Amino acid sequence: MRRRNFLFLSGGGLAAAVGLAACGGSDGSSGGGGDGNSVEVFTWWAQGSEKAGLDALVEVFNEQHPDIEFVNGAVAGGAGSAAKDMLQSRLQAGDPPDTFQAHAGAELNDYIDAAQIVDVSDLYDELGLREAFPESLVERLTADGAIYSVPSNIHRSNVVWGSTAVLTEAGIDPSTPPASMDEFLAQLETLAAAGVTPLSVGAAWTQVNLLEAILMADLGAAAYNGLFDGSTAWDSAEVTTALEHFETMIGHTNTDRDGLDWPDATQQLIDGTAAYNVMGDWAVAAFDEAGLAPQDDYVYFELPGADKIFGFLADSFTLPEGAPNPDGTRAWLDTISSPDGQLAFNLAKGSIPARTDVDTAEFPEYQQSALTSFAEDEICSSIAHGAATSVGWLNAISDATSQFTAGATDLAAYQQALTDIAAENAA
Amino acid sequence: MTAAVSSQTPAPVRSRRPRRRPRHTAARTVRYLLLLLGLLFVLIPVYVLFVTSFKAVGDASPARAWLLPSEWTLENWRSAWGQLAPSIWRSVTMVVPSTIISAVLGCLNGFVLARWRFPGADVVFTLILFGMFLPYQAVMIPLLEMMLAMQVPNGIPSLIVLHVVFGIPITTLIFRNYFETVPEELMEASRVDGAGMLRTFWSVALPIAVPGFAVVLIWQFTNAWNDFLFAVFFSNAANGPVTLVLNNIANGALLTNYGVSMAGALLASLPTLLVYILLSRYFLAGLMSGSVKG
Amino acid sequence: MPVKPMSGKLRRFGPPLLFISPSLILIGVFIYGLMGQNVWMSMTDNHTAAQANGREPISFVGLENYFGLFATEAFRHSMANLLLFTAAFLIGAMVIGFVWAWLLERPLPGGRLFQTVYLFPMAISFVASGVVWRWLLNSNQGESASGLNRLFQMVGLDFLQNPWWNNITFGILAIALPAVWQLSGYVMALFLAGFRGVPDELREAARMDGATEFQMYRMVIFPQLTPVVMSALVIIAHMSLKSFDLIMSISKPANYQTKVPAVDMFLFKSSYDYANSAAVGTVLLAVVAVLIVPYLINQYRESRR
Repeated sequence: MRRRNFLFLSGGGLAAAVGLAACGGSDGSSGGGGDGNSVEVFTWWAQGSEKAGLDALVEVFNEQHPDIEFVNGAVAGGAGSAAKDMLQSRLQAGDPPDTFQAHAGAELNDYIDAAQIVDVSDLYDELGLREAFPESLVERLTADGAIYSVPSNIHRSNVVWGSTAVLTEAGIDPSTPPASMDEFLAQLETLAAAGVTPLSVGAAWTQVNLLEAILMADLGAAAYNGLFDGSTAWDSAEVTTALEHFETMIGHTNTDRDGLDWPDATQQLIDGTAAYNVMGDWAVAAFDEAGLAPQDDYVYFELPGADKIFGFLADSFTLPEGAPNPDGTRAWLDTISSPDGQLAFNLAKGSIPARTDVDTAEFPEYQQSALTSFAEDEICSSIAHGAATSVGWLNAISDATSQFTAGATDLAAYQQALTDIAAENAA
Repeated sequence: MTAAVSSQTPAPVRSRRPRRRPRHTAARTVRYLLLLLGLLFVLIPVYVLFVTSFKAVGDASPARAWLLPSEWTLENWRSAWGQLAPSIWRSVTMVVPSTIISAVLGCLNGFVLARWRFPGADVVFTLILFGMFLPYQAVMIPLLEMMLAMQVPNGIPSLIVLHVVFGIPITTLIFRNYFETVPEELMEASRVDGAGMLRTFWSVALPIAVPGFAVVLIWQFTNAWNDFLFAVFFSNAANGPVTLVLNNIANGALLTNYGVSMAGALLASLPTLLVYILLSRYFLAGLMSGSVKG
Repeated sequence: MPVKPMSGKLRRFGPPLLFISPSLILIGVFIYGLMGQNVWMSMTDNHTAAQANGREPISFVGLENYFGLFATEAFRHSMANLLLFTAAFLIGAMVIGFVWAWLLERPLPGGRLFQTVYLFPMAISFVASGVVWRWLLNSNQGESASGLNRLFQMVGLDFLQNPWWNNITFGILAIALPAVWQLSGYVMALFLAGFRGVPDELREAARMDGATEFQMYRMVIFPQLTPVVMSALVIIAHMSLKSFDLIMSISKPANYQTKVPAVDMFLFKSSYDYANSAAVGTVLLAVVAVLIVPYLINQYRESRR
């Protein structure tokens, strides 16, 4: 009896489920049909200021190319890690989006080596981009005479953010940035004694972001850039000093760092539980969103060091091999590189335009400072964001860093690991 | 000697002969106390899931972590449903066909291996059984390349193939165990009548295999629904099952929103929980008949 | 003359073989074929994106990748984590599952309710339960504590506060906690089945002999549970060796504290290092095989009897 009853039940459930399956199948296809009238844009700009930037960009795109439909392929994921995994499987399956977001620089090497993206230098000529972008930027984008992506914006990675209130309370004057690394470290001591988290940080990649900022400050631009072409040795005494500074700073960070992504770390400043945070300038958006004002509520400066340095990374877009709608891709690349597109996008996202001919008068205070720095200071490529190193190299650095900050290796072993990694990966 | 429950039909577990024993009140109290402790262990995470899923964003501060929501809101559920609904349907379209196909294959295998044996049947069975314990990592990379070469589209189609193939060992095991409990005489009679294997299967084995199907369907449904490993390697948030999308919401979002993540976790678990609550007795029986014996 | 028995054999064994051939082919290709290919791939120098996509040649390097893996502190740490995790998972799930089953073995008012509740976590995916465990296992202590650490403060057990998975040596044990939570009910179900498989006559006989309740369990019933213990051990151990979902959803793949080979494998794959990825997979296979093959051989022998 009972058994029969049960069977009836499961049979019914099954029939219902099959019915549902049939319904689900009809609309189950993913975006981007290859009909020539759309462009699937794959990004990790799914939330917050990044989404606002993308929305602004789409608005310009719809004006400039009303006949092409924008298909949003945004995938959420801290610093794009989820999106990158997904992208990898799509590219390998021969199912590329029409264009995807990637950090300009060494990060593109894997895609280039695997012939998954194509040279777009003809587009540079057609749109006059070689003249519109600063020469140094075009140089950074060029690999063996070819250019594989079009930058939409530039971010600065090496910014120290400070909470005005927390610093003041600990007796530190927020309006004058520390003049030397030693002074900064002394401030961290003071803050620790005051019972706040001196420096907030998140999981592995944010720790690498901190590391690169220290390397830039301690080594100076020329020696830092030399780390990636073999002219600066990773086992040199200068690097040792930088790593010692890194060790000290990590010692002053929040203990739950490995469970957090960057917004959680920045949030600690907003909440007033931490004093400093080293993060790229996308953090401005988090302060804005919380209604905080520069100077009154938060301050920013770069880690004191030999040179004034702009830690560089750029978001850029590519043309994948076998993209279903290459014309749509070209239209998208046209918009993101146009003055209007760059203005709208960067205003909303909090970054600065790659073009030099955009009217930047409208940009708010922080972005003005970034513009000045980008124009005047030395440029160093970011490690944590794939500008300086390939994906494999970055992963290895990130692993070694996690190993070190988790306490599994000492400083000497860490430096040795970084040296070995560089030997394996440097060109 | 066959193992403990091999000879039991996967029938309701509750059937036990009542026994008259003097009551040891003290012993019984201790039993209850221990059981309640277990209940606490199991239910603490459930309490957190449930309560947090109804909390507004500002209500999630550490100090209020364990308290009830200061204001109950459905916002998290709405948001989670909005993000998960498409992938829940995709999971359904993945789980239903893969469960049915692997059950049918398992039934064929189980019948042959238990009741229509051929020389070497035990070796074959052992080789199939190993697949149940295979760490999928040990075939993943070539599997990726093979699916690519066979041009099985990423997403649900790939996952259906994988759940069918890698479901065969467990479904075969369950059906083989089930058919072994069916009296040999039934099959023999048919055999003596001169019926071929196919007819014996159709007219004798299949009709009595129905409880076996119940067990296999529940087991495979849960397995495929909860899978994450294959989902990570063979699909993405745009075309993958709910586990993958849930993980993206919970770990991929910029600012972790525990309210939405937990509402999403509950939503994603509803189908299996429903199956479990409605059919728990068979689930239990299924677990036992399926795994206690090799 | 010899034709006849041959065709008889064919008629007898042809249909069953035909019947299971689809499964055999699938298993042969997908499991054994790919296993072989994976071993081969682990012995190549396929470390780059270009090679993975067939744009550059791949060559055979023997066991080099394996030596390379075990030479790194990081991979040895992963293996140590795996062992610790498996041990904690096994012991936790076995002990709790056994105790629950023992408590529920004899009829008890409300017993079914307990059974049902204990079992339900296993209906939930690791990904879904990972969401809540990630919150519970928050490593903050003191004022900013949340999760279990906060609960400990609230009930006055402050000394129990700990950084959970955020500890280099034993952090992985914290990840075993949710695994135990999830699978204890399952182990309980296995043991319940085992208890029920003990014939009532045996119990009666023991009672007739004047054995106390405890003696009866120890001398009569527990020995009967050996096959159940074996099954449960094998099932939990192999689940533990494969475990990936939980770590991905509670910690982060890049966190050194909670690395296990399954995570390494995923990370290698993400950076197109297919050879090392395959090598890690093969190492896992070897560990599982050491555990499972004797069990399968034993099962095989018994089924032949």
